[in-house]
Amino acid sequence: MHDQTVTQLAAALKSGELSSREITAHYLQRIERLDDKLNSFISVTAERALNAAEAADKARADGHAHALAGIPLALKDIFCTQSVKTSCGSKMLDNFVAPYDATVVEKLEAAHTVSLGKTNMDEFAMGSSNENSHYGPVKNPWDLKAVPGGSSGGSAAAVAAGLVPAALGTDTGGSIRQPAAFCGITGLKPTYGRVSRYGMIAYASSLDQAGPMARSASDCAHLMNVIAGHDVRDSTSAARGVPDYTENLDAPLSGLKIGLPKEYFGDGLDADVERAVREAVRVYESLGATVREVSLPHTHYAIPAYYVIAPAEASSNLSRFDGVRFGHRCEDPKDLIDLYTRTRQEGFGEEVKRRILIGTHTLSEGFFDAYYIKAQKVRRLIRQDFLDAFEDVDVLMGPAAPTTAFNLGAKKDPVSMYLQDIYTIAVNLAGIPGISVPAGFAHGRPVGLQILGTHFAEAQLLNVAHQFQQATDWHRHLPALAEENA
Amino acid sequence: MALEESHVRRAAHLARLAISDDQANRFVDDLSRILEMVDQLQQVNTDNVAPLAHPLDATQRLRADEVTETDRREQYQRCAPATEEGLYLVPRVVE
Repeated sequence: MHDQTVTQLAAALKSGELSSREITAHYLQRIERLDDKLNSFISVTAERALNAAEAADKARADGHAHALAGIPLALKDIFCTQSVKTSCGSKMLDNFVAPYDATVVEKLEAAHTVSLGKTNMDEFAMGSSNENSHYGPVKNPWDLKAVPGGSSGGSAAAVAAGLVPAALGTDTGGSIRQPAAFCGITGLKPTYGRVSRYGMIAYASSLDQAGPMARSASDCAHLMNVIAGHDVRDSTSAARGVPDYTENLDAPLSGLKIGLPKEYFGDGLDADVERAVREAVRVYESLGATVREVSLPHTHYAIPAYYVIAPAEASSNLSRFDGVRFGHRCEDPKDLIDLYTRTRQEGFGEEVKRRILIGTHTLSEGFFDAYYIKAQKVRRLIRQDFLDAFEDVDVLMGPAAPTTAFNLGAKKDPVSMYLQDIYTIAVNLAGIPGISVPAGFAHGRPVGLQILGTHFAEAQLLNVAHQFQQATDWHRHLPALAEENA
Repeated sequence: MALEESHVRRAAHLARLAISDDQANRFVDDLSRILEMVDQLQQVNTDNVAPLAHPLDATQRLRADEVTETDRREQYQRCAPATEEGLYLVPRVVE
């Protein structure tokens, strides 16, 4: 059962072949048996899940169930959930139970999907390897020596190992697409504002976006149908209609114009990753697409611009963790300043502190124009690169990451870790959607093909990804660990 | 722009983050390398380019100035480290 897609499981639920209770119990048992090796979950909510599964089965029996009613899912531990801890991977929130649900959580519950628990992540979503979690690193199910990517590494590893059919992640600079690539699953970062950020703990508010991580593009489309849409509680959420993302999946690709950004095939790209990506592009040519080279001239400046803008927003967002209203508080504070400074010293990990300090510094008097305003100007140029490219082509393709998953502990220097996100980070600055789909293997580890579209082109990206998955079976490969005592 | 320990100390103070001397030295190293990477931005000609704050160039929506929230103080204070009679407790500020 664990190799089934959401689409397949939904069909089995609809026909009555399986109940949600059976499916839910099966996945809970897999988590119990396999997650000691992976550490992909921070909280497993077995009892709640079984109760929700029974409610879903009843809704189906009553004949008013959503298409995904009874499907087990996992939530990155960044989404606020009433009655269940929301840690954001931080000691700061180790004791935090939110007094409300995130909008996406409400929507998933209204559709009677079943949450199995909350997945591990880099602290406050700051990281590309999941090594920055207060709850310990997540392991990559394809090779336990390797990282799963980050920051949504728990969600990616759990889906890849068949511990849950699909999960939600968030993506501020690549945090859905890069772990999806490293773990051999499909992950979509929607357009900025397409999915509500209400109840999603903020890292960098002008970049953060939630999205689905699953075994196939079709599964991501089904999940997008539930989570996308305007939300009055998120002032940056897009007030425009939501299409049925499954409607267009089967459209043929003949005449599709693909652009390959030459900057995404340059120095630093692993030769075997490049080979797999170019092979995937040839599959598209065989499906009737045309391919041409394009240029995104400011690509090189995306990481520098991001490491001004994201830490600046983070330093402001994370000022709320002060030991007064929620979360960790230091023992015996002698005065108010001691309460703030020691609470934050104890509650935050190294990478979070680095980004708070960078952000505070670049926003401070004397540095603001040279860093923050300059980065925002470069951000406009980066977005314009994409808009210009989409005048000539329908989608852009390239690798999701320059290498396959690296080993745990391999990147000790923060800057070398940051450079990992070279192909994903500009997408967040521009606000456009991107998807990573499995496109083979290099050095025995999965390779992700990244497909980018213009603002609100999610349906097209899902169609383009789905057609690839009709022509290839890379997304059906499972790591050996997933088959242990299956 | 070279980063000095005084910059790190000032940022830590503004961010209300206690750091030890050891950490301060390490942060000077780490942050210097990050800012060196960031300084590549200065190579880009941005004359006549407006800053971009929001990827969709959207502006904040307005709503009528009406109370829409109900009183959920008790629920919101349940996750607080220390409260008393509906108030958040902090160390004494005024003697």
